[in-house]
This record gives sequence, C-alpha cells and structure tokens, in this order.
Amino acid sequence: MQAHPPMYFKNRLYYLLLAVGGLVVMAGLYAVHLMEEHGHVISGMNNQIVWGVPHVFAIFMIVAASGVLNVASIGSVFGKALYKARAPLASLLSIAMLAGGLTVLMLDLGRPDRVIVAATNTNLTSVFAWNVVLYSGMFALVVIYLWTMMERRMNPYTKPAGFAVFAWRFILTTGTGLIFAFLTARQAYGSALLPPMFIVLSFAWGLAVFHLVQTVLYVWNDKVLDTAILSRKKNLLGVFILASLYMVAMYHMTNLYFAQQKAFERFILVDGGIYPNLFWWGYVVLGNLIPLALIYWPGLGKTRSVFAASLMVVLGAFSLLYVFIIGGQAFPLNIFPGYATTSSFGDGQIAAYSPSIYEFLLGFAGLAIAFITTTVSVRVLNFMPQDKHYITD
Amino acid sequence: MSESDLVRDLGRRNFFKTSLGVAALSIAPGFLLFDIAHGKAQPVSNKVRWGMLIDTAQCKEGCNDCVTACNKENGLPSVASATSVQWIRKIELKEASTGRQVSLPMMCQHCEHPPCVDVCPTGASFKREDGIVLVDRHRCIGCRYCMMACPYKARSFVHEPVTDQNPDVPRGKGCVESCTLCVHRIDVGLQPACAESCTNKAILFGDLNDPNSEISKKIRAVTSVQVRADLGLNTGVRYQGL
Ligand code: SF4
Ligand code: SF4
Repeated sequence: MQAHPPMYFKNRLYYLLLAVGGLVVMAGLYAVHLMEEHGHVISGMNNQIVWGVPHVFAIFMIVAASGVLNVASIGSVFGKALYKARAPLASLLSIAMLAGGLTVLMLDLGRPDRVIVAATNTNLTSVFAWNVVLYSGMFALVVIYLWTMMERRMNPYTKPAGFAVFAWRFILTTGTGLIFAFLTARQAYGSALLPPMFIVLSFAWGLAVFHLVQTVLYVWNDKVLDTAILSRKKNLLGVFILASLYMVAMYHMTNLYFAQQKAFERFILVDGGIYPNLFWWGYVVLGNLIPLALIYWPGLGKTRSVFAASLMVVLGAFSLLYVFIIGGQAFPLNIFPGYATTSSFGDGQIAAYSPSIYEFLLGFAGLAIAFITTTVSVRVLNFMPQDKHYITD
Repeated sequence: MSESDLVRDLGRRNFFKTSLGVAALSIAPGFLLFDIAHGKAQPVSNKVRWGMLIDTAQCKEGCNDCVTACNKENGLPSVASATSVQWIRKIELKEASTGRQVSLPMMCQHCEHPPCVDVCPTGASFKREDGIVLVDRHRCIGCRYCMMACPYKARSFVHEPVTDQNPDVPRGKGCVESCTLCVHRIDVGLQPACAESCTNKAILFGDLNDPNSEISKKIRAVTSVQVRADLGLNTGVRYQGL
C-alpha cells in the first residue's frame, strides 16, 4: 500500500468516477432507445401527465445553469474579487448543466430524430422556440465569456462578456418561467409571478450546486476554503433561500386569492397525497428550513453543514419541480366551470402517474453528462478558484 | 410563420402539386398530405369557416356512436386507456348547483385563435384557411407543449406504434394528434364521421361564414355557447343547452 502515493489512488478514483458517469449516460441512452422503439407507453407518462420526470430533471438543470452564473456576474459585473476568482468554475458548471438539461429535453421528445426540424422551422410566436434560441445563445455566450477569462489576451473583454451573460441569463430564466406562464387555461400555471419566481429560485439552486462542486474540488485538491469566504457565500445562500421561499409563498398566496384556484391550491397544499407531502416535507422542510438552520444555527455553518445544506437545497428543488410540473398536470383541467365531469379521458379526475425507471435513467443521464463535462474540464484546465491572501471587497 | 404566410405557403404548395404532381410530395409532404388524399387541386378558402353546433338535449348519456365512428374512420384504437389516442370523447356533466345532467361529445374546438398553434415550436400545428386546426405529422417533434396549452384537452400523444392506418389519415408514433374535423371527408363534400353517425342528430356540421347555411340559421335562432368563452378563442364548435 505504501508503495503507492495518494496521487495514484486519486487517478484511479478519477477514472472510476468517469466510468460510472459514462455508464449512467449509456443506461440513459438505452432507456431512450427503448422509449423510441416501444413508444412512450413504457414511460409513466400518459395523455394527462404529458411532461414527467425527465422534465423535472431538465428544468432543474436549466434553471440552475442560469442561476450558477450569478456567482460569475457578481464577480464580473460588480467587480467583487472573491466572486471573480470563481467566475470560470461557475461558467463551466453553467455550460455543463445546460448541456445535461437540454439533452434530456431533446431525448424526451416523441421524435428526437427530428430536432433538426425544430432548428430549421421556427414558429416565432412560440415561447418554446424562443427558448431554443435563448439556450443556444446562452451556451455560445458563456463559452465566449470563459474564453475571455482563460485566455490572457482576451482579458480586456471579460467585463463586456460578463455583462452580456448577466443580461442574457435573466432573459433565459424569464423564458423558462414563461413556458408555464403562457399556459393560461391551466390552474397551476398561467401566473405572471412565474418568471420572477424562477429567477429567484435559480439563484438559490445555482449557488447550491456551486457550493457542492466547490467543496468537492477543494477536498480533492487538499485545499481548505478560507472561512471568511465560506461565511460570505453561506450567507448569500441563506438570503437566496429566504427569497425563494418568499416567492413560492407569494405564488400560492395569490392563487388562494382567486376563488377558482382554491380547489387547486387545496390539492397541492393539503389533500393531494404525494404532492402536499413533497411540497411541505421535501421542499419547505428539507429544502429550506433545515438548510437555513444548518447555515444560521450558532455553532453550525461550517464546511460540512454548508455542504449538507446545499445538497438539501438541490433535493428540495427536485421536490418543488415535481409538485409544480406533475402535480400541476395531475389536477383536472376545469373545462366546464360549475359542473362535475366524468369521461374516458380523465375529465374531472386526478390523473395518476407513476414514473418509470426509463424516465429516471434519462434524467440521471442528464446529470451524468453535466458531471462528466465538469470532471474532465476541471482536470484538463485550471478551474480552481485562486484566492488572494487578502479579500479586498 | 404567420397565419398569412402559412396560407401563401399552402397556396404555393398547391401550385407545386398541380404542376409537379407526386414529385411535390417529397418537397412538402406534410402540407400536401391532407390535400392529395383526395386529389383536389384548388386551395382551401377562407370564405368558409367550418364548425359544428352540438345540441346537448339530443345527445344521449351512454351513447358512444360518434366516438366509435371517429375511431373507425380515422383508424384509432377502439379501447380507451390513459395512453390511448382519443380525438373525441363523451363527457358526462352534472351541474353543481342544480344537479342537472348533460352529456356531450368533446373534441378539438377548432379555435380561431388556437393556443396550440401559438405555442408549437416548429409550426407543426397550423390552422387552415377554412378554420380547421391540424397537426402536420411530418413536422411534429412530439414535445407535447400543445397538449399543455389546449384548454379542452383535445389532443393526444401517440404513445405506441400505429397499426391499421387509414391511408387518408396518416398517423405516427411520437407525434401529437387531434380531431381533424375529418378534413379528408370535408374536402370531398362529405360530413365528419361523428356528425354523420349520430342518429339523434345532435351534431350539426356546416359553414359558419355562410349566413344561409343550416348551422348559421340555427345559431341565430337558438342559444348556444362556446366552451370556456372567457378565454376568447372563438371556437368553431358550439354547444346548445349548456
Ligand atoms: S381545441 Fe385545443 S387543439 Fe383544438 S384548436 Fe383549440 S387549442 Fe388547438
Ligand atoms: S407536440 Fe408537435 S404539434 Fe404539439 S407543439 Fe410539439 S411539435 Fe407542435
């Protein structure tokens, strides 16, 4: 044992991790192949729940991809050295998650083989089409931004590029919110609060992901994050968590204000089975209250508790998206207000949904793509934050 | 693509079709399919707007004749399930305040301002000049956004490989579909299969733009409503007795 220096084990571990990531991607692709061959009938989705678990994964990754750039923006746009040192890593994570999320979205299409159709036939009134443009633009912009940071000659352009990314990601997350906000006929969606809610959620989710990766990166490189930096970043996370909790509360409160939404809110918050459980326990308690305690409780708030808090924020995000996307579809569409309805097509009934293994495989494949992109990049290029001994801001 | 572009496009493609014949099929298969199914050369016109008036007083609870006829005409599965394609369904309603019961068929309402068309990223969902809303099954990528956007749940996703197709009604796994108002029948002067099959004469089909058509006269004479009229979609399908 002693004959091998720790580096040797790290190398092996690195390749092992990559191999595991690769296997997860392969499994996801196999699941897609099966869904292609047999049709979506083998997934848990049906004509009532048309967007399932893959959308939960995809939207998480896309929203977090935008939010993680907040770290970069604070550095480039507002000139804070502490964040500037982290802008390259944040940009990398953004690209990685965008790639993962978009792959999942694309492979969940009924006809993924036709994505070129989506690229060549654009319906300009469609928010979905706008989003295709927004996502690809974002991808390109962040790559340019990274280049201006990593290539010394390009350094002077970092600031304008940072500004462009800053503006673009607001539009992008607004666009993601609008996908739902435009569904005016559905009780769960069609709220003008959705775009700002998604923006605030993206801050918290993006920062949580950043924290997770940063912590692992420091441990891997036998480095310790300066406690002053840690404490600033955890406070920021705390603020974002509080803000997102506020936005989610507002969204539900305004819904409760409208009489026709009351039944829906009751379903999501009280008697909808898995949905209120996931909402209260998964999102509110696990995703917000415990992380807040881990951050602010006297004596806590050290590296480990912040890591745990970040992990829980991510799990809370998945819970919230599950409730929002799937719970929102499970509640029956009110086609005939004032009437109770029944039919062979699920009218008037809570739609049933039990996600299949294939959908999870696809979702995890998206995460694995983000993971592999990140792992390989941090190894071949230097994404480790370089902090000065003093903190100027 | 805006509505008028689409129409121009259709007109142009119809010109292609008549001049190039079948060769055009490979240029713009989706747009032509509904047209070539019956070999009619003239483009559809916006002078007509096809619609239906459904008299719920005539529609009988438990009767499923229109659904059966639709399934047969369009080669749809006959057994309903959570994943089966249903272009038309019977809904039984009970008024909460009075307990009054109503039975009616529900299908694509062929909205004048269809949300499904607005949200479709590829333009696969489109509205013909005569008001019929269709999905170009060669352009649909199966994103299901239109299903989320339709206020009437009129659309189905094809979850399984398709068998027993009617050559006039091309369908395919992985795409979204909905009632075509039997466009292939209308274009040869026939009625939609559901309207024809209803022995109670609950479904009246016709041209809403022609003041002398039976449907226009009846709409003037009786009280009819559009479902979820509050959304302002100006549906082509109207209901009487709701
Ligand atoms: S009823 Fe639904 S599918 Fe039909 S045109 Fe209106 S929105 Fe589109
Ligand atoms: S499923 Fe097809 S028709 Fe519906 S919005 Fe997507 S591409 Fe358009």
